Amino acid sequence: MIAETRAEARDAAELVQVEYEPLPAVVDPERALEDGAPIVHDDFGTNSCYTWKLSAGDVDEEFGNASVVVKERYRQQRLIPNAMEPRGVIVQPFPATGELTMWSATQIPHIARVTLSMVTGVPEAKLRVVAPDVGGGFGSKLNVYAEEALALVLARKLGRPIKWIETRTEGYQATIHGRDQIQEIELAATSEGKIRAVRAKLTVAMGAYLQLVTPGVPLLGAWLYSGAYDVVAYDFECTGVFTTTTPTDAYRGAGRPEATYAIERAIDALARKVGKDPVEIRRLNFLREFPKTIASGLTVDSGDYDAHLDAALELLDYDAVRKDQAERRERRDTKEVGIGFSTYLEMCGLAPSRILGAIRYGAGGWDAATIRFLPTGTVQVLIGTSPHGQSHETTFAQIVADQLGVGYDEIEVLHGDTAVTPLGMDTYGSRSLTVGGIAVYKAAERIVEKARKIAAHQLEVGEDELAYDGGRFTANGGALTTKEIALQAWTAHNLPDGMEPGLEASYVFDPENFSWPAGTHIAVVEIDTETGNVDLIRYVAVDDVGKVINPDVVAGQIHGGVTQGVAQALWEEAVYDDDGNLITGSMVNYLVPSAAEVPSFELGSTETPSPTNPLGVKGVGETGTIASTAAVMNAVVDALSARGVTDIDMPATPERVWRAVKEVAS
Amino acid sequence: MLAPNFPGRKEDAVRRVSITVNGAEHDLDLDPRELLVYVLRERLGLTGTNVGCDTSSCGACTVLIDGESVKSCTVLGVQADGQEITTIEGLATNGSLHPVQEAFKDTHGLQCGYCTPGFVMATVSLLRETPSPSEEQIRHGLEGNLCRCTGYHNIVRAVQQAAGVGV
Amino acid sequence: MIPAPFDYEVAESVDQAVELLGSRDDAKLLAGGHSLIPLLRLRFARPALLVDIGRMDDLRYVRDAGEQLAIGAMTRHNDLQHNPLVQEHTPILSHTAGLIGDPQVRHRGTIGGSVAHGDPASDLPTVLTALDADLVVRGPGGERTVPAEEFFRGVFETALGPQDVLTEIRIPKLGAAGWTYVKFTRRAQDWATVGVAAVVRRTNGTIDAAAIALTNMGPTPVRARAAEGALKTPDDAAGAANVVAQESDPPTDTSGSADYRRHLATVLARRALEEAISR
Repeated sequence: MIAETRAEARDAAELVQVEYEPLPAVVDPERALEDGAPIVHDDFGTNSCYTWKLSAGDVDEEFGNASVVVKERYRQQRLIPNAMEPRGVIVQPFPATGELTMWSATQIPHIARVTLSMVTGVPEAKLRVVAPDVGGGFGSKLNVYAEEALALVLARKLGRPIKWIETRTEGYQATIHGRDQIQEIELAATSEGKIRAVRAKLTVAMGAYLQLVTPGVPLLGAWLYSGAYDVVAYDFECTGVFTTTTPTDAYRGAGRPEATYAIERAIDALARKVGKDPVEIRRLNFLREFPKTIASGLTVDSGDYDAHLDAALELLDYDAVRKDQAERRERRDTKEVGIGFSTYLEMCGLAPSRILGAIRYGAGGWDAATIRFLPTGTVQVLIGTSPHGQSHETTFAQIVADQLGVGYDEIEVLHGDTAVTPLGMDTYGSRSLTVGGIAVYKAAERIVEKARKIAAHQLEVGEDELAYDGGRFTANGGALTTKEIALQAWTAHNLPDGMEPGLEASYVFDPENFSWPAGTHIAVVEIDTETGNVDLIRYVAVDDVGKVINPDVVAGQIHGGVTQGVAQALWEEAVYDDDGNLITGSMVNYLVPSAAEVPSFELGSTETPSPTNPLGVKGVGETGTIASTAAVMNAVVDALSARGVTDIDMPATPERVWRAVKEVAS
Repeated sequence: MLAPNFPGRKEDAVRRVSITVNGAEHDLDLDPRELLVYVLRERLGLTGTNVGCDTSSCGACTVLIDGESVKSCTVLGVQADGQEITTIEGLATNGSLHPVQEAFKDTHGLQCGYCTPGFVMATVSLLRETPSPSEEQIRHGLEGNLCRCTGYHNIVRAVQQAAGVGV
Repeated sequence: MIPAPFDYEVAESVDQAVELLGSRDDAKLLAGGHSLIPLLRLRFARPALLVDIGRMDDLRYVRDAGEQLAIGAMTRHNDLQHNPLVQEHTPILSHTAGLIGDPQVRHRGTIGGSVAHGDPASDLPTVLTALDADLVVRGPGGERTVPAEEFFRGVFETALGPQDVLTEIRIPKLGAAGWTYVKFTRRAQDWATVGVAAVVRRTNGTIDAAAIALTNMGPTPVRARAAEGALKTPDDAAGAANVVAQESDPPTDTSGSADYRRHLATVLARRALEEAISR
């Protein structure tokens, strides 16, 4: 329905009488695979979308020889991303030229332009996509949506601007969801608790229609089901299943929070089985020599896992909290305390293009930057990543200011407009600094390289005789600053023979490896065993994200990521009824936590620079979410373990906790 | 406009109201069903006030009416007749940010920024009622606002800085 | 979301409001709007006419009426929370008002609007039921007083007729009685999963009278008479709590099943009674 005002469109839409023919629903991915389940797409004859396997080492032999086998089954409930800004799109047509400009609340203006051009037939060269200030994404705006294509087609057809703004309740149905998988994980271990092999099997709801990365999302965790632990054999299998629900796709962490959850919960189960403390069993199994090719076949760049575990234990004062726990049990306190660990390992910095090709992603994993030194001494930095809350303007300006010796305020970082920054792969997968930031760094190197040639020419010295520091070349008492050189490069009156005028450089960086942040997160919960209420009372996070460019930005990413992961553990769940209706259809009953539900966080850091990029950075956008869900659920189970509780489904609602406590008591 | 969809509706239900926004008086002819947030955004061009939900849950649309925080998605424009509204655009004076705005900036209390105007307005109201709040009072004072980026940690720091309490 | 169209009139007096309500089929009163506007926006409610009484400041008051406090229907939650008379004579009401919704809701929402809406998940109706409050209603036939326990008839159903305006709430002063309202929510801003209001009158270690009412444990606030009867001495809190859900008929929803709510009511009632007895 197209109208001139919001109210008219809404009124007019109400006049349309739709006759719906209800089709049978199947909302649970395991149920969807059973014989006789309603088939979502009749022409496929099955709801199985794909099965993908990865195997290394002799897993069967390891399980055959194992003294201890742990077999666990976990449910990753369906989540709704809830970026605070709903989606929205505006398209302005220019009928005279056939050009169309689209403003979209998207994470991926570049990918959207390619895809929308292919879908709508608007020539790519006539289509400009702008992602202005975008209010959060968390993966939900890493998709090319029908409304974008519709707005484009309608604007072209009508020759008038078209605007569409999503309402929140609409978004709950039409914007992608996350997670929704059943995980079965088995560990084969020695009697001491040394893990030898891991077997993981996933059954994942795709929803009814595949979106941009739907089938690939669980596979981003495929290599990580052995976590930060040294194992010799590894087996992973994932089956994607069509269900009559909103599609799943990337949600903060995408595949890796799920993997971390499974291994971190399972290693606690192993610890209980072999009678070890969760700290002790982790130390027994840590990867320790780097670079290290892990069982699943990828190479972890660097790390020191004992260091962040030690730091976290000290921040927490582990012994004191354990003592409190013991005393409460001693006096039969109805309020129990639990301590939960998550010593996660993450792979991020998406991604080496060749690896993406191997798992059939449709695009590469490189990113691009252009640095333009303007004649008056200010600098434009054009980046291919597209921030929506990650502070690229700050961090990338710091990188450039350091290298070019110009003031931070003299740098303008431009992004998210295909007309201004035509080359880019956008922002997701903790890739912006580890891929895009390196492109910025390399482009700045090229600027300095060219400036050096000009300085050597004008100061009449050899290039290797020049010292460079803080934007200033010096030799034999002579000096030239980068700003002076920028003007010289523009006037071009006195450049080396054959040199192109101007001081501008570009770089496209394709990473050789993923980057591998790791850390220790510890959650402390207090559980009211009478009501089942879980209160997160402390949260300690010590992360190793490699070199840190801006500590405030890094801490902010961790705070927010942790909160989203905690929310999965304790509050959030998208629930469908058996007829396929979304029951948690608004923010009233899909429980995004507020400030009143979470504590302040206690952060620490350790640092092992990544050797695979010149900045030594590893990425931080997803670490908090990847780590925290497991930490909180391990804490919940730890609090109740003395009573015999070994698992509670997420979210650990008061009712679920109450039932678990009641069940073991009877 | 479409025909009214119930019998007996007046030909022209529009009402003339006078609303003072950020110190400036506006006489407006409003359809009674226009929500205050859309009056601010679409009639007055004050787009700093955001809409994040449709269930009065998220607080992104928080403004002050006569100095008190309210969710402008849950107020009809006509209800604001004769009242004084302050939006995020009305906080800065002579080009200087309001201390609460300054504090959010200083403490990295925002990331994507979409919820921020609502949080800032809720904070201004909170500090007017509770000038030296404890951390718990801050967290509960902001329970009507949702943020998905910051985990609230630095928002709490911002409020503490603005209040001159804690660190 | 945009409400369906409606007409809008501002009432300057209660009599005018009554008259305007009678002027059209399906006219509705608008107070603070914090119950009604969310429903309008989703088009779950589509009245033909809204009669705005929200700006009638002569309905926004708290007065000492001897044995009772008289509270004007347009008194806001935030007023109740901070009003010295309410704090002194019916502190349970100011305590409960501070637990409603969030600060923005408390700045706009009114006691009259909340009560007239008849939502069984609301806190104030439960407290008024436990306090044996009287609700003063003006309609075409004049003024009448309805006891709180008879006022709430079902989910979103009250004793108010289509032309009735709730004008005042009269609450017996608590005096030395012990009291509390315990509200259990998943998030601070949520509706109560279960709430328990308890008022206990004591002399020298015995309980003279107790009033217990429950939120979200049935289609209306539930008065727990069996539990009240079982509370004879301060040691009876647990025993009384065990029968607190006897008269209830709780819903099952995403906040909890009926079984869980019954259990929760028992736990919260024990805590509430212990607190009320010791206060």
